Amino acid sequence: MNAVTMTDCRKPFAETLIELAHADPRIVAVCNDSVGSSNLGEFQNLFPDRLVNVGIAEQNMVGVGAGLANAGLIPFVCGASPFITGRALEQVKVDVAYNNSHVVLCGMSPGFAYGELGATHHSIEDLAWLRAIDGLDVVVPADARQTAAAVRWAAANSGPAFLRISRTPVPELQEREDKEFKPGASETLLIGLDATIIATGTMVWRAVEAARQLGDEGISVGVINMASIAPMDEVAVVRAARATPLLVTVEESVPRGGLGGAVAEIVAHHAPVEMRMLGTDTFAPTGSVEELTRHFGLDAESIAATIRAARVR
Amino acid sequence: MNSRERARLTRTHVLRTISGAGLGHVGGDFSVTDILAVLYSDVLRFDSENPDWPERDRFVLSKGHAAVSFYTTLAMSGYFGLDELTSFAAEGSMLNGHPARAKVPGVETSTGPLGHGLPVAVGMAIGAQIRGEQWRTFVVTGDGELQEGSNWEAAMLAGHRSLGNLTLIVDRNRLQQGARTEETNALDPLDAKFEAFGWQAVEIDGHDHELLRRVLSRSHYKPLVIIANTIKGRGVSFMEDLAVWHHKVPSPEQVDAALAEIGPSS
Repeated sequence: MNAVTMTDCRKPFAETLIELAHADPRIVAVCNDSVGSSNLGEFQNLFPDRLVNVGIAEQNMVGVGAGLANAGLIPFVCGASPFITGRALEQVKVDVAYNNSHVVLCGMSPGFAYGELGATHHSIEDLAWLRAIDGLDVVVPADARQTAAAVRWAAANSGPAFLRISRTPVPELQEREDKEFKPGASETLLIGLDATIIATGTMVWRAVEAARQLGDEGISVGVINMASIAPMDEVAVVRAARATPLLVTVEESVPRGGLGGAVAEIVAHHAPVEMRMLGTDTFAPTGSVEELTRHFGLDAESIAATIRAARVR
Repeated sequence: MNSRERARLTRTHVLRTISGAGLGHVGGDFSVTDILAVLYSDVLRFDSENPDWPERDRFVLSKGHAAVSFYTTLAMSGYFGLDELTSFAAEGSMLNGHPARAKVPGVETSTGPLGHGLPVAVGMAIGAQIRGEQWRTFVVTGDGELQEGSNWEAAMLAGHRSLGNLTLIVDRNRLQQGARTEETNALDPLDAKFEAFGWQAVEIDGHDHELLRRVLSRSHYKPLVIIANTIKGRGVSFMEDLAVWHHKVPSPEQVDAALAEIGPSS
């Protein structure tokens, strides 16, 4: 990928939120002293009365979001993903999901995006936690255009949603048309015969790279972008499980209960197939995002190596 | 029907409902009964025919375990029929042991786990400010539940933003599930705590309807906390101020004895 523009998806997140806020006075933002890290500075400049900064208090932040929704507003509740999920999980369950509140929870900088800051600041459990909550749509956009589309969808939706927005720069997935986000739909980026990679978020472009490397070796690998973790596109998973003898899931999170677990549940019911689940299976050692990506075997070379090894087994 | 008669009738329905279902929290139901009766008789603006009327006052019962008192209050306010109370806790009923917004008309937010109501109420009050609307938000918490830290996150924000459209009533019955609040993890001085968080605080007898009406109708520029001194199990002599009646279910004989004290059911 030469001269490819890499985008921090907090940028299209904020730009789209501002665009929506200009058109709809019900759009408000809520944050936990995270105006900078949630990239809400420009929103605050433009709509100072519509940014509710609750300070460092995540349980209150999520409860306040539910109250704002009750008042007829559309709150985008933003905080670093480990804190908005782990710290406020019961508020997410009761005040947002059980109430069926139209609250958009925005988990910023998830996975190990905080790199060297360490495991306290990594949000690798969030997908497993949130996927267990009834009625909560869980969305992990893979690039800038999908981020913008997911923000538009979440505002126009009527129920609770969680958007996982990374700071780790990603390229645009050139294969994809610019289209509306649909929960429960996936995108097939490449079709393969030997294996299919099902990836989410920051891992999708790396999966595409891995598939290209393997293609050069004569191994035909498909790639599915699974941005909608809940609900999940069961049809696409089953189709892939029947089309290729190997499924590999790749996520910046714990596969137990995460993307890997979700795909395994589907294939166990409908189309058992050999799987590999790549993700963060332990607390991370100290390291940068790139170092941790390699440590967990999530870079394109490691993904390709996993598929080669599975084929010769 | 005045609020006193309404409260008396509420207590008869609570007794019959809990006895019929074989579960409930009669002690906390009775400590909050008078507060609910005054709110729904004389204070709140609402339209039970149109529960989502945007201009309605918001009411949040944070101590969701007092569900039967709340359900009875909602039924007497026209949100659903009183006969619905007989379904309390029955299979498939909309009336859970704790109130659920998605099931019960008039319930603004689901409660049960403690420490949820005040943050949501603070969000409602901020929402009214953002929208420039005049409706007010009222929230009742238990006293023991103020041991949950989320309340103090919310109290700090309400004080910081001077939410004059928010009123908190603390049902101060001084008993939590297992023991007295002051023996478990002391709350006093509650008024000074809230004042330090930027609130206006008043302490009153939470069973005095005239006082409740007067304080609840007052306008204020800061968030207002009413520390309502109440008696757990209020209205039935053998239940009053005893932790055991937190969720004990009265026997049929005890129901008869209690109804004899409260008076006729209609």
